[in-house]
Order: sequence, then structure tokens, then C-alpha cells
Amino acid sequence: MRTDSTGIKSKSADASAMQLEIKPETPSNKSEKVVLAGNPNVGKSLVFNYLSGTYVDVSNFPGTTVSVSEGKYKNHTILDTPGVYGVSSFNEEETVTRDILLEADVILNVVNALHLERDLFLTLQLIDLGKPVSVILNFYDEVKKKKIKIDTDALSKLLGVKVFTTSAITKTGFENLDAAIAQAVVSDKIKTDPSKINLEAIQQHGRAIAQLVAEGDDNLARKYQLPYGTPDERELIYLDRRQKVNEIVNEVEYQDDMSGKFFNRLGRWTLNPLTGIPILGLVLVMLYYAIGDFAAQRLVGYTEGVLGKGIFEFYTKSFVGNFTPVEITVNTLDANEEVVKTNIYDFKESISVDPVQKDKFFGDAQGSNKDITFEFKNPVMKLLFGEFGIFSMTITYLIFLLLPLVVCFYFVMAFLEDSGYLPRLATMMDRSLSAIGLNGKAIIPILLGFGCVTMATITTRILGSSREKSIATAILQFVIPCSAQLAVIAALTAKAGPGAVLVYGGVIFAMMITISTILNRFLPGESTPLLIDLPPMRIPRLENILKKMVFRTWGFLKEAGVWFFIGALFVAVLDITGMLVFFQNLLQPVTTGWLKLPGEASTAFVMGVVRRDFGGAGLYDLALAPMQVAVALIVITLFVPCIASFMVMINERGWKEGLLIWFGAWIIAFLVGGLTAQIVI
Amino acid sequence: MTENITLDKVKKGTSIKIIRIPQGDSRIQLLRMGIIEGDKIICLERLPGGTVVIQKNRQEIAVGHSLAKQIMILPE
Ligand SMILES: Nc1nc2c(ncn2[C@@H]2O[C@H](COP(=O)(O)OP(=O)(O)O)[C@@H](O)[C@H]2O)c(=O)[nH]1
Repeated sequence: MRTDSTGIKSKSADASAMQLEIKPETPSNKSEKVVLAGNPNVGKSLVFNYLSGTYVDVSNFPGTTVSVSEGKYKNHTILDTPGVYGVSSFNEEETVTRDILLEADVILNVVNALHLERDLFLTLQLIDLGKPVSVILNFYDEVKKKKIKIDTDALSKLLGVKVFTTSAITKTGFENLDAAIAQAVVSDKIKTDPSKINLEAIQQHGRAIAQLVAEGDDNLARKYQLPYGTPDERELIYLDRRQKVNEIVNEVEYQDDMSGKFFNRLGRWTLNPLTGIPILGLVLVMLYYAIGDFAAQRLVGYTEGVLGKGIFEFYTKSFVGNFTPVEITVNTLDANEEVVKTNIYDFKESISVDPVQKDKFFGDAQGSNKDITFEFKNPVMKLLFGEFGIFSMTITYLIFLLLPLVVCFYFVMAFLEDSGYLPRLATMMDRSLSAIGLNGKAIIPILLGFGCVTMATITTRILGSSREKSIATAILQFVIPCSAQLAVIAALTAKAGPGAVLVYGGVIFAMMITISTILNRFLPGESTPLLIDLPPMRIPRLENILKKMVFRTWGFLKEAGVWFFIGALFVAVLDITGMLVFFQNLLQPVTTGWLKLPGEASTAFVMGVVRRDFGGAGLYDLALAPMQVAVALIVITLFVPCIASFMVMINERGWKEGLLIWFGAWIIAFLVGGLTAQIVI
Repeated sequence: MTENITLDKVKKGTSIKIIRIPQGDSRIQLLRMGIIEGDKIICLERLPGGTVVIQKNRQEIAVGHSLAKQIMILPE
């Protein structure tokens, strides 16, 4: 029979949770909440995909960046949880996993059979929650291959729950998953030690909550206003559990053949400095070709130039021109992009009422060497379809420039993550990053920052202390160019040559060192040491990578898209009302005198306030000398973060820190840009 | 005589026994991952700068220098 071991159901004041309280009496064919739980990389998502088939709903857990997949199996709801080593409130993944587990009717604990010693710790904790559990002993193919013997019957007896062996990549044993759900039981091996667990809490809130609170989950304790375990009490429970795991493993597992496979060796090579540094170099070169060269230049050159401007904007604008007065300038360019001929077509009423001029215009507009601008007379048309129009520029940038970049970026990131290289990269970078008050883990938000600073700022949550979060956020907001900017930087520096790259890279790197060293010196508190599990290296599964890529890209569009339109609207209004010129004129003396750049560059900076990448893109069309390129890029890189990342930063780090960074960016960008200009130009 | 050696001083490839892990969150994390006082482990790699990679059975864990400095060990 399936009841709480204490016979008491947990109660919750939360109205939405109340509906879940209707518990089925005959479990096998009633709808239940089945929750998959396990350490990271145990094959949980493969089990989940199998059970849920195609109807999967991946969503952000409310208020977090952690994604949770939900699906249906028969009449059960299947929930996947983020991989964790234990359930408590150490980090976001854990709290999310904990909250889902508290609502579970059945827990399927997926275990990597190769890592019993590590994984069974969580298993015992899950069992201690007093919910029905079944253990899925995955990676069984590897167990056989390595000639490891696991006595699953003994394991099942010792744990007090059923154990099912599977090998998720070949779906072997998956036919038993149904039984695993149906036969999940509350273990009879749980002992409640009244000296450790508050019996009253069990009666009031159920075993699961009482257990977690006894283990020192302060977050949960505050929620239910319970006294929680001291660190010492938690340690006692943990030591107890650890000891039990070791005993179980000793009893059920025999013979350990450590055969060194290629991927094992590869994993070692990535960490040995002798081989690891060349491998790191190789990965960086690969990253450069995938993102800097392929995505930022070739792909975006095509999608933005040909699809976006050449087809999408041209046809939208010339269609709209059928209904409203427009003046069109067609520039014919030669091989060096110099204008050799300019024709102006002035449609006083609209394109359609003047067929003769229309034919001439369309004939002239043919060919790839044309630069065509539409000047709408009607302010509303200008707002919607003009140079900065919501339906012209914004769509081009968002869909044809940013999207391909972001997609490529997330693909590469997911590849690194799933191959097992990312934690090794974190290990390699640990030393350098600890010099600036971070640990190796910070490489993850920093790498992500090259994709989107907004997303990366959210990811700083994975860091251990508030101090580290502050340092990482500052680095991201000041010196890391996001992918939209990278496109501009790559394109401009490609033209400007190695000298500009050297000056730009040198100054930005020096700024990164300066800013982070100062913060590391003066921020109170301590940074946390690196401590991460290194999963084996392997060839990642394409399906997993694509899933992550789609999920993250969607998250990005959802978060950043709206700011993009608001930003464009803002610029378009400024443009129509003449404010754009006003601000540009205001900044012009600084731009020409102090930064030694053409006056039009101030447009790029003004737009940079709205979005960093608008700022960068504005520089494309200016004729800049190599060193001017370097200065302009220094300014836009250090400059004010885009609206989206600014909002996220305020959200994560608070108003004070957010505004400090914002104003700091203004000052530092112009100060450092100007100083550089005075020296190199 | 007790040899007070810390994990960050260990040579690559040596077998060691863990004598003391400092209190705190890192201790709890190590406990969960399966590392506890008395465990026999191997130092797989010692990176320049002091980050250490240890191995217990089939599991590999990277430990930052500032933590490794506080973990007392005995060479086996
Ligand atoms: N050899 C083997 N590999 C597996 C097995 N189950 C999962 N994997 C691999 O382990 C990796 C992690 O699997 P995934 O489902 O992403 O794990 P999750 O992080 O727990 O969701 C993938 O590369 C899988 O191909 C298994 O039973 N045998």
C-alpha cells in the first residue's frame, strides 16, 4: 500500500498545491506525478524522453533560469529535474529539484551504476523523504563491459526499494520502466531518529519536509517556521548516510577493472598542461571559426545583407511605397564599395501612380552592387518602415543578424557542455580566474557573455558567493562584447588589420585585469574554491545539443526581443523628432575632439544606450582609419550595457550596484577610449 | 611523527589517504560526492597554480587551490 511512512499526508496552505492532495488509492492506473531525479549526467533525460515521447513541455521553473521538462506517460505526469548531488538549498538547481520532489507521488531515481558510491548518497536521501521510490540502475552496458558485478537483489534489499537495470542509450531494460513506476514503494529501511528529526514537524508537514529541515535546509525551515538543523546536526546525518552508502557499495559491488579507454585518456590529456594547453588552443580556434568566422561573418553576412536588407527590407519598403510618398536613392557601387553612380527617384505621391519611374527604379535596383535607401515622408511610415523602423531595422537585426549568431553560439556551448569539456575548461582556467577573485566555474558565464551578456548575467547565479557574482557581473557588463557586438568587431577589425586588433585587444584585456583586480582587492568577503565533478569525455548526442540550443535561443528571444522593439521605437522617435541629431550634436565635440572620430560616430554611441549592438552596427558605414576603428570599438565595448542586460543586472545585483556599473561604464568608456585616441591616433 | 602534508603539495600520480577536510560548505559537497576522511584517493593531476584533480574509484573531481591547501593528507 502506498502511504506516507508516517501515515500522514503533507498539508500545504498553497491553493494550487491543494489540488494535488487528492491521492489515488489504486496507484497503477491513476494519474500520478512521477518525478525523475538523479545526479548530473546519469541518463535522466534519455529516460525522460522515452517515457514522455514527443509531448514535452520545456519551461523555465518560475522565477529561475533552471529549465524543467514536463511530459505525459500513460496517464501520469512525468517531470524531469535538474541533476543534483543532494537535495537542499545550496543553489538554484537544488531548490528547484527539492520543490518538485516535495510534490512528487512517485520518485524514479536514475543512478549511474558506475558511480554507485557517489550516486547512492542522493538515493538514500530520496528514500529518507518517505515517498515511494524506484531505483533505475543505468549505464548497465558499461558495467558489463568493465566486468563489474553488481548484486542488484542485495542492493534492492539493502535500500528497501525495487532496483531496475537499464542502459539508456540502447533503451535496454526500458520495458521495465512501467513496472518501476507501478512498484515504487516507501522503503522499509528508513529509521526516524527522534534525536535528529522533529517528530512534531513530521506530523504537521510530512516526513519529506521534516527530513530536509533536520538536514539544515534553512530556506525550507523559514517557509514553514521550523527550527532547522545546525551544521553539526546536518553533518551527523550526512556522515551517517555516507557510511551507509560505503557499506552498501562494499556489499553489492565486486571487481573493479579500470580499463583506460580513449575518452578516459582524452579527459586526462585535457588537464595535463603539456597537452591541455594545445587542446585549449584547438578549442579556441574551433570557437573562433565557428562563431567569429562562420557565424559572425559568413552566415550573418548572408542572412543580414542578402536576406534581411536585400530581400526582406527592400520588398517591404517598396511595397509600402505604393501607398505613401517616398524618395529612393539608388547608389551603384564598384568592386571597392565606392559609389560610382547615384540615381534619385522621387515618388511625390506613391510608387504605383508613376509606372514609368517605377520601371526605371526597379530596373536600376537590380544587381548585388547596389545600396538603396528609402526616405519616407510620412512620419508614421518612417517610424514603422524607415531607417530605424520597427518593421524594417528591428526585424532585420533581430531575425537576420542576432538570431543566427545566437543559435550558432548556443550550439557550440551545448556541444562543449555535453562533451564533458566545459568542467575541464573550468579546471584549466581555475588558476587564472582565482587571481581575480573568481574560480574556474566563472568561465561559464564569461563564455556565455560572448553570446549574450544578458543571459550571462543571469548565469552568474551559479557562482558561490555574492562577491564572485559582483566581480563576474562587472566583467560581463564592462569588457565582454556580446555576440551582436562581436559581429561588428569581427567585421571591422578584419578590415582594419592586425594593428587595430592589437590595440583593441590590449586595452580591453588591460581593463578587464584592472577592473577585476580592483574589485577583488576592495570587495569584502571571500571567494569560494573550485570543487566540481569531472564527467567522462564523450561524443555528445546531437538531440540533446539541439534541445538545449532551441530552449536557450527561445529564452533569449523571449527575454531580449521586447527590449529590442522598445529600443527601436525609442530611436525612431528620437529620429523623427530631431532629438537624435540633438544628442549626436551634443556628443559630437567629444567624439571629434577627444576621441578623434568622425562626428557621425556619435550616432553609434547614442544608439548604444538603447542596445549595445545598435551602437556597434552604426559604425559599419563610416570610413574609419584602422586606429579609429580600434578606438571606436573600445568605446562601444566598454560602453553602457544594453537595456535588457541593464534590467537583468538591476534584478540580480540591486539598484545600487546596477547604477554604479551603468554610470561607471559611461565614464570609463569615454575616458579610456579618449586616452587611447590621444596616444594612437 | 605525523607528516602534515596538504593536498596541494601532492605529486601527480601518487596514492594518498585523506586525514582532514575543513568544515564548511565544501566539506558537505565533498561528502555528497563521496569523499570523506579516511578515503584512499589518487592525485590524477596537479595543474600549475595548484588546482588538483583527484580520483576515487571511477570518479574524478577538481579541487581549487585554496581548498586543496586546507585538506590534510598522508601519502600511502
Ligand atoms: N554507455 C551508456 N551511456 C549512457 C547511458 N545513459 C546515458 N548515457 C550517456 O550519458 C550522457 C548523459 O545522458 P543524459 O540523458 O543527458 O543525462 P542527464 O544529464 O542525467 O539528463 C549522454 O551522453 C548519454 O549518451 C547508458 O546507459 N549507457
